[in-house]
Amino acid sequence: MARTTKPAKTSAPEPTALPKALTGIQGLDELTEGGLPRGRPTLICGSAGSGKTMLAAEFLVHGAVDYGEPGVFMMFEENAEELAQNLRSLGVDLDRLQKQKKIAVDHVHIERNEIQETGEYDLEGLFIRLGHAIDTIGAKRVVLDTIEALFSGLPNHAVLRAELRRLFRWLKDRGVTAVITGERGEQSLTRYGLEEYVADCVILLDHRIIDQVSTRRLRVVKYRGTAHGTNEYPFLIGAHGISVLPITSMRLDHIASSERMSTGIAGLDDMLGGMGLYRGSSTLVSGAPGTGKSSVGATFVDAACRRGERALLFAYEESSSQVLRNMASIGLDLGQWERRGLLRIDASRPTLHGLEQHLVHMYDLVRDLNPSVVVVDPISNLTMERDDRSLKATLMRLIDFLKQKGVTAVFTALTSDLANDVADSQVGVSSLMDTWILLSNMAGNGERTRTLQVLKSRGMPHSHQVREFVMGDRGIDLVDVYLAGDRVLTGTARVSQVAQETAASDLRRRDHDRRLKELANHRKAIDAQIVALNAQADERAGEVAFAIERECLLADGVSTCSRANAQSRDVPPPRPRAAPARQGAK
Amino acid sequence: MNARADLPKAAVRGAKAPTLAQDKPGVAEWQLRLYVAGQTAKSSAAFDNLKRVCETHLAGRYTIEVVDLLVNPRLAAGDQILAVPTLVRKFPEPIRKIIGDLSNEERVLVGLDVQPLR
Repeated sequence: MARTTKPAKTSAPEPTALPKALTGIQGLDELTEGGLPRGRPTLICGSAGSGKTMLAAEFLVHGAVDYGEPGVFMMFEENAEELAQNLRSLGVDLDRLQKQKKIAVDHVHIERNEIQETGEYDLEGLFIRLGHAIDTIGAKRVVLDTIEALFSGLPNHAVLRAELRRLFRWLKDRGVTAVITGERGEQSLTRYGLEEYVADCVILLDHRIIDQVSTRRLRVVKYRGTAHGTNEYPFLIGAHGISVLPITSMRLDHIASSERMSTGIAGLDDMLGGMGLYRGSSTLVSGAPGTGKSSVGATFVDAACRRGERALLFAYEESSSQVLRNMASIGLDLGQWERRGLLRIDASRPTLHGLEQHLVHMYDLVRDLNPSVVVVDPISNLTMERDDRSLKATLMRLIDFLKQKGVTAVFTALTSDLANDVADSQVGVSSLMDTWILLSNMAGNGERTRTLQVLKSRGMPHSHQVREFVMGDRGIDLVDVYLAGDRVLTGTARVSQVAQETAASDLRRRDHDRRLKELANHRKAIDAQIVALNAQADERAGEVAFAIERECLLADGVSTCSRANAQSRDVPPPRPRAAPARQGAK
Repeated sequence: MNARADLPKAAVRGAKAPTLAQDKPGVAEWQLRLYVAGQTAKSSAAFDNLKRVCETHLAGRYTIEVVDLLVNPRLAAGDQILAVPTLVRKFPEPIRKIIGDLSNEERVLVGLDVQPLR
């Protein structure tokens, strides 16, 4: 701390920060904000079987393998072979690490009945052994696994306590980061009050059974000189070792993609603004039994595989082959994707593990497979008889994790058939979801009809209509909404309405045809009449022309004849019968 | 049970006279090994006490090997030494350990399972 006053040190980013040693344990580094205090001892206490040794061993192995800090494992209870076996189950080859001088193992064993005490002594032998092991491999980390075993081996506790105090002081002076495990006591943190000597950092592990399901929890009781998460965090020992799930230290800082992806159901894509879901979003598909939740999930998986993306399906109700068979019945051949390595179906009974165990299992699989789509079918089965709250916390972790990975997730949830319960039981998890699709059965008119509605979908326009949804042998599709008057019709009502309307329109069409034909005939009749009249008119015109001609000719002939007569008799030319008389009077 | 019976004699580089082999050539009836850490008052006290007890009750039938762990820290693990000084009865078997400066003769005898001569 004194160094921080030096000007050279003040320019450092975090001059007052306590130096820490990363444990490499998932989640623990996050909640301790960087690991255990470097160069100081840390006490890990817990009851039998709470994972103390595992945590200590992981701290050491990660240090040796990942951070270039060799470590000494001094055991007081297990022997080297047992430890090697335990670590082998996590994929750590202790023998090899020992040969590489990355880890030194020393088994300290005391048999009370072999030992007789007489006079003064100290535990210099232990110091020498530890010091020797540290020097041999240049260790930076030390684990003392249940040093309390000494209390049962050595009768003189006064000497032992004095020596332990000296040991922890000595470890600090050596500058090694030490982890000391201790058995949980009834009144105090440890049975022999080790916390009295190790004051820098104390981590408490707990293993409890709730509803016949075991849950491990971890709490940082104290961590001198630094901020740390203070809650109890569930943790698990899985195939990849210990994982602590520090939900509250997770930040909401994932990047939201604006890319859209199809759900595999064209009608549903249309309802979601015509483009489907956002990539990396989470969707809840809830519904009563038999409403087609699994089929929606499977269609989603199928669509992803069709695009060449990897998908992961967690099935908690059906076995893998049952899923394949059932989905084949609606025309989804999921087997082909599985064979091509695009799809992984992980089927297990929800009761197989506790909720946290499932979560870590999911983490591991997602990390292994790196899928773009994850479907959990159904989440409601994970809870069984447990409260919604723990499911919500678990889901929140899972969703956060998937979002950070950019994985699009679909969760199905079973709800009871009663309409008013739907919102109730889902309200806990639905708020975590970006999109909520509700499937329901509409009963009426002697039949059930599957319907689908989008209750919410963040960040996109979506249809508010209830659509009918059908499962055929070529997959799922939505029937276009059928409005009759002010009602949306589904099922038989829709079919009969369609039939009625088809019949009506057929009749109408025929009527129209007939009327058009009639009109055409009428036109034809008129045309014929027009032709006849035209002919008549022509005939009349000819007659008139002829009469005129004839009359003209006639008149011409009379006048020529009379003029010739007059010339010959020298008389004035004759007039027409009346006219000549008037001319003569002039 | 214990595989370290073949410990080399060279290991004996103690604070005191190395080995108190008695006249008998071969293997002594009592093989004792005293682990100490440096030349401390406790070390010398333990050695002196041990020598006195042996001379009194096991004269001519014993060997004492002194191991200084500061010189040979590797040897501490072999006999599971934690406390110093520690006296290990290597032979006769079974192995027994006595920790402390051996100031209480009676308890040393009980620990070594030696019948007192008196």
